[in-house]
Amino acid sequence: MALHYEAPIRKPLVTGDKSYHDVTIDVAAPVEGAANMQWWTVFGIALTAFLWGLGCIIYTISTGIGTWGLNKTVGWAWDITNFVWWVGIGHAGTLISAVLLLFRQKWRMAINRSAEAMTIFSVVQAGLFPIIHMGRPWLAYWVLPIPNGFGSLWVNFNSPLLWDVFAISTYLSVSLVFWWTGLLPDFAMIRDRAVLPFQKKIYSLLSFGWTGRAKDWQRFEEVSLVLAGLATPLVLSVHTIVSFDFATSVIPGWHTTIFPPYFVAGAIFSGFAMVNTLLIIMRKVSHLENYITVQHIELMNIVIMITGSIVGVAYITELFIAWYSGVEYEQYAFLNRATGPYWWAYWAMMTCNVFSPQFMWFKKLRTSIMFSFIISIVVNIGMWFERFVIIVTSLHRDYLPSSWTMFSPTFVDIGIFIGTIGFFFVLFLLYSRTFPVIAQAEVKTILKSSGEKYKKLRDVNNE
Amino acid sequence: MALNKTYWKSIDQIDSSNGDLKKLEHNEFVSKLPEDFLSDEESLDKSNTSRRDFLKYAGFTTAMATIAACEGPVINSVPYVVQPEQIRPGIANYYATTMADGYDFASILIKTREGRPIKVESNSDAPTLGCANARVHASVLSLYDNMRLKGPIAFGKEVSWDNLCIQVENRLKEMAKANKNVVLLTPTIPSPTTKKIISRFTKLFSNIRHVVHDAISSDSALNAFETFYGQRALADYDFSKSKIVVSIGANFLEDWQGGGYESGYAKSRVPIKKNKKASMSKHFQFESNMSLTGSNADYRLPCTPSDQKNILAYIYDNLILGSPGQLSEKLKPLADKALDKLKNYGSDGVIVTGIEDENAQAAVFAINTFLNSKSFDPQSPKLIRQGNTKEVLSLLKEIEEGNLDGLITVEVNPVFTFPNGELLSEAIKNLEFSLNFTSTSNETSSVSQFVAAVPHYLESWGDYEFKPGHFALAQPTIRPLFNTLQFQDVLNRLMGRDLKLYDEIKTHWEEEILGINSWSKALHDGFFSKVTSKKLISPNFSGLNLEKLRESKEEGISLVLYSKIGMGDGQQANNPWLQEFPDPITRVSWDNYLTISKSDADRIGLKNTNTSNGALNGSYAAIKVNGKSLKIPVIIQPGQALGTVGLSFGYGKRMGLKEEMQTGVNAYSFYHGFKNVQSVEISNVEGVHEFACVQLHNTLMGRGDIIKETTLEIFNTKDKKYWNPMPHVSKNHMEFDVTSKEVDMWQEFDRSIGHHFNLSIDLNACTGCGACVIACHAENNVPVVGKREVRKSRDMHWLRIDRYYSSADTFSGDSETKDNISGIGDSLTTFGKMEQAAENPQVAFMPVMCQHCNHAPCETVCPVAASSHGRQGQNHMAYNRCIGTRYCANNCPYKVRRFNWFLYNKNDEFDYHMNNDLGRMVLNPDVVVRSRGVMEKCSMCIQMTQKTILDAKLEGREIKDSDWNCACSNACDTGAMVFGDINDKESKVAELHEDDRMYHLLEHVGTKPNVMYQVKVRNTEDV
Repeated sequence: MALHYEAPIRKPLVTGDKSYHDVTIDVAAPVEGAANMQWWTVFGIALTAFLWGLGCIIYTISTGIGTWGLNKTVGWAWDITNFVWWVGIGHAGTLISAVLLLFRQKWRMAINRSAEAMTIFSVVQAGLFPIIHMGRPWLAYWVLPIPNGFGSLWVNFNSPLLWDVFAISTYLSVSLVFWWTGLLPDFAMIRDRAVLPFQKKIYSLLSFGWTGRAKDWQRFEEVSLVLAGLATPLVLSVHTIVSFDFATSVIPGWHTTIFPPYFVAGAIFSGFAMVNTLLIIMRKVSHLENYITVQHIELMNIVIMITGSIVGVAYITELFIAWYSGVEYEQYAFLNRATGPYWWAYWAMMTCNVFSPQFMWFKKLRTSIMFSFIISIVVNIGMWFERFVIIVTSLHRDYLPSSWTMFSPTFVDIGIFIGTIGFFFVLFLLYSRTFPVIAQAEVKTILKSSGEKYKKLRDVNNE
Repeated sequence: MALNKTYWKSIDQIDSSNGDLKKLEHNEFVSKLPEDFLSDEESLDKSNTSRRDFLKYAGFTTAMATIAACEGPVINSVPYVVQPEQIRPGIANYYATTMADGYDFASILIKTREGRPIKVESNSDAPTLGCANARVHASVLSLYDNMRLKGPIAFGKEVSWDNLCIQVENRLKEMAKANKNVVLLTPTIPSPTTKKIISRFTKLFSNIRHVVHDAISSDSALNAFETFYGQRALADYDFSKSKIVVSIGANFLEDWQGGGYESGYAKSRVPIKKNKKASMSKHFQFESNMSLTGSNADYRLPCTPSDQKNILAYIYDNLILGSPGQLSEKLKPLADKALDKLKNYGSDGVIVTGIEDENAQAAVFAINTFLNSKSFDPQSPKLIRQGNTKEVLSLLKEIEEGNLDGLITVEVNPVFTFPNGELLSEAIKNLEFSLNFTSTSNETSSVSQFVAAVPHYLESWGDYEFKPGHFALAQPTIRPLFNTLQFQDVLNRLMGRDLKLYDEIKTHWEEEILGINSWSKALHDGFFSKVTSKKLISPNFSGLNLEKLRESKEEGISLVLYSKIGMGDGQQANNPWLQEFPDPITRVSWDNYLTISKSDADRIGLKNTNTSNGALNGSYAAIKVNGKSLKIPVIIQPGQALGTVGLSFGYGKRMGLKEEMQTGVNAYSFYHGFKNVQSVEISNVEGVHEFACVQLHNTLMGRGDIIKETTLEIFNTKDKKYWNPMPHVSKNHMEFDVTSKEVDMWQEFDRSIGHHFNLSIDLNACTGCGACVIACHAENNVPVVGKREVRKSRDMHWLRIDRYYSSADTFSGDSETKDNISGIGDSLTTFGKMEQAAENPQVAFMPVMCQHCNHAPCETVCPVAASSHGRQGQNHMAYNRCIGTRYCANNCPYKVRRFNWFLYNKNDEFDYHMNNDLGRMVLNPDVVVRSRGVMEKCSMCIQMTQKTILDAKLEGREIKDSDWNCACSNACDTGAMVFGDINDKESKVAELHEDDRMYHLLEHVGTKPNVMYQVKVRNTEDV
């Protein structure tokens, strides 16, 4: 990671005349300074939403799943839709920090910290749903293969839901370790700057006694690489396994082999959109425009455009295969998706996921902050609908027409979803005030090669 | 004398000079508080109680005091003081008895556990009415209805029986002296002993007249029979003997003339190949409402009541008079076809009618006599309907004119079931004397001076004569739960006779019925038959005049009143099983409604819509009959004849019912002259009614592999491959059967050892009556969830009977339409159209329960293995292990799994039988009551199969095929459901498994179910 030469034609990754010290100041500022009114307002809203959701969860657990809108035909709806949606969002963080690390994409350095935080927080939201969607959540630990006193009872390793348990828990732990490892030098930086003893104490605990010796750095680099290697397959495996919940079933519309790649692409798609949503706000509020530049946003928009197109191809392939299969149930399932009672969900999905990212072909649009923000929201709405379409429209009209019915959410369904959004933002807002939101140690490694100030100096020297 | 003795304890005490003692006496109880011990450091130091100890003691004391303050629930279980010999815990006792409530008559067996009746089974040994319909199966729950009357009431106050009897006796004697006009109004009680008691009663009180009233009248048929055969009875029919059945408005698979015809009908409907050629009966139905009978017919023509009259007259004219007759073009083709068949088949044909017209009924007798129909049996008529409309009408007139002084009503509710109920209610209030015998408070009892609480039939003695020479006995299966007395016992008391009904029945039977036969055996069997020598007179039909039938014309819209198989005449309206029982045709529960054809509905502007969660809504129509108007919700009914609307009896009751059960509207208020056809005006009114319908999609969408069907001709002439093909799948570009081992992902499990249970359902024999649905409810403690939850598609029925309408004229037409779709544009519009049922569709019923797949999709997906496969083929559900992910239900292609969305027992939100101690007595102790948050489903009645196995083991014998039982197959009187062990090669189910008609539902999914269906064969010729 030495100071390698970067072509002058490449745009600087750190703009503004930033020195090493400037980077430190900029990153530490939100942690050391006081929260402004905007932060408190947003935090207040998020907390209210979270508490509302918590109330709904308590109501559900104390009264029964009947408080949701589910029925004998549609056994999953918003619960699993939200679960898959949140897991999907998480994927961008891992992709950015692990895969881009392996591919030595230096632009990831400004965004990987927050992207990973997003991963962890969204996996927390995702993890909630499989638990609370159970009829008897107090027995949720039965899905763990732990020795027990129930005789020879053991979990069913054939069940994709069990695979989910392993996939999600592995994902959460690896992401957490990876994230924390990266945080060590940055926590140490804040610790070293801290003036209040309490802060100093906390950050020295969080930084695990990082000293900044050469050996520390060497180990840090090694561990990062190993964890990146570990996390990379997870990017593919977690959502693959989530897709198995559907792909291994016998229900038309679920039973498709295309699901793993389609789900992974969709996950990255929605994750990048969420990263965009969060960072566009954060760069403004925390004054990090010099680190999270328009170039970063543009690059992410390109990823959104590509994955969006992959997802689009998947949608069309599904339709084609349904027709090509010659299976009437399969054909009807897809016809019903597009033209049945839930046509609006299908077309909302199509518009948001397939059509809207195509605007990113235009440089002007993909470098527009406002437009990127709007599209990032639209994409996540679309991706929510994608899961809703897959789950609800496949279930509500399956094999026997006698069982066909409809699903309509109750205030509890909606409340819990809003609650998780609130919870997510509560976590993210707390994080943005207490954690170094940019991997400053890493950014400093590229400051001399990709910083605007140094690039300019080099250019002057060259001339 | 005052006491002035002084008592002392010692010498010192009487010595007043002893000051020390005085001082001590004063100080015996220290009045001054001790000094603050906390400030006394010395004593504190001395104490060895540390501060910590003090806190421990204080804490412990508080905790213990708190715990002691809460008292755990005390549940008393009272053991038998003397263990009855016959009752062994865990072992069921069966008693033969008879249900007879004036509407339903059936010989049944009652299963009791630890002294509690918990289930009704058909008494299939009984020669007459040995079949139980849904209402009879549900009647056991009415026993535990906590709205039942707990004792006799006089003038609104609870009194003792002695008090009531004395008061009533005095009244009766006074009235007899004054020769006041008193009427004893009863339903049909075809009971020899009761008749004897009543005649004795009316002899003693000669001013009392006995009038029989059937809530739903069969008067015209009774009159016709009386006119021509000399006895007030109903001709009986045995449909198993007919090859041609022509029914003109007779809904004989439901309640027509007392019902009980389905088993005979089904016998002739199953095509069994003999000498490579199978035969089955051909069934023509002309009717207004879509009925169960009509939906089972091969040919069905929706036609108005007057059309029906015309058709009957036309057939009569052609067949008997030999004149061509007149008939409108619309009716002629099918009427000609039916006529032609009747001509050709002669004595193998039969015609029946439900037209409430004496001439029409007589015409049917004449035609059947002319044909010499084998099915027609006038010599052994049914005695289970005796109502006499003429007498009832004259009674009404007396009431209106104020000529009636007293009314004794016995288990009838005239205020509710008479068309002018309000008027009657006022009139009864003004009577000098009114006495109502009833088991629940109702509209009549609320205005009667005396209310005598009668027991449920399962607590009663009784004897019945269903047909001449066919007797049945009813015996109590539990001691009366409340302070009730049977009506016959009360009459005896009023007459001053100290005789128990039991003794009287026994004496009567031994003297007049049994002859040399044993009473004990008759009681054990529940029935007794003997040959009667009495011959009815030979009828002479020459005077029959059908002019009125020929010339009958529709005026305006006709309201055709009918009874639903789930509610009958409404006596059991407080029965949650029956309220939640979906009507086999509309599949709506918890309601009655106006059925109307699509065209009529469109014309008037009536609509059925679905809300965002699928639930069905209907507009309201205002129905006006004779100036009386009611607001009734509307269901658009495919197959309803144009210009007619239907409305069922049995609903709209408000008194003596829990609030949830107060559903629907009272059709009796339109029952003018006790005629089931009324001329009405319909208009559209504001408002939307919320229905609880369990099936929201009505058509099969051309999915012919769900209900496979063919015609008799194809069945007889073509190979199985043509009409019941096995679906194929290709592997390596080769076609294999989906059941082939080549394409199986799983390792085959050796199922050749032990039992392997299979259930076969014959779609030809199944009439869709739904007795199995209630039987399953009763056997398996299936919860009732109420209208609100059913509306949310959360019905809990483990066994449901899907009903499909064709969208084209026939189901094969649907399949053709679907196969002919070309291109996307076409499929968009065509599938949309296929969602709509035809105006006169074909109908198909399909009972669906857990299919017990050998490759069960639910089993692989459960993370905790709560759903797993049994050694005997069942798909098990371990409720205790279930954590409620619902993945299994999602992955079930048959959607038979039911989730406990809420706690359905001991929950005030679900105030049905499982929420009170009395109602819970009906629960089957062999089946666990499920808690909230777990999945449940059909277990193939594993508790029954296990019992069979254990019994055989104990007795050291092999199990016979007939030993295997399921609640549904037991309840199926048509024999459509056959359960057994296919490893027993001699068994019936093994034979059915190899039958050409056998197929599995959704075979192509590869689930390998243990439930199989037999292809439906329709006896239609031209498609």
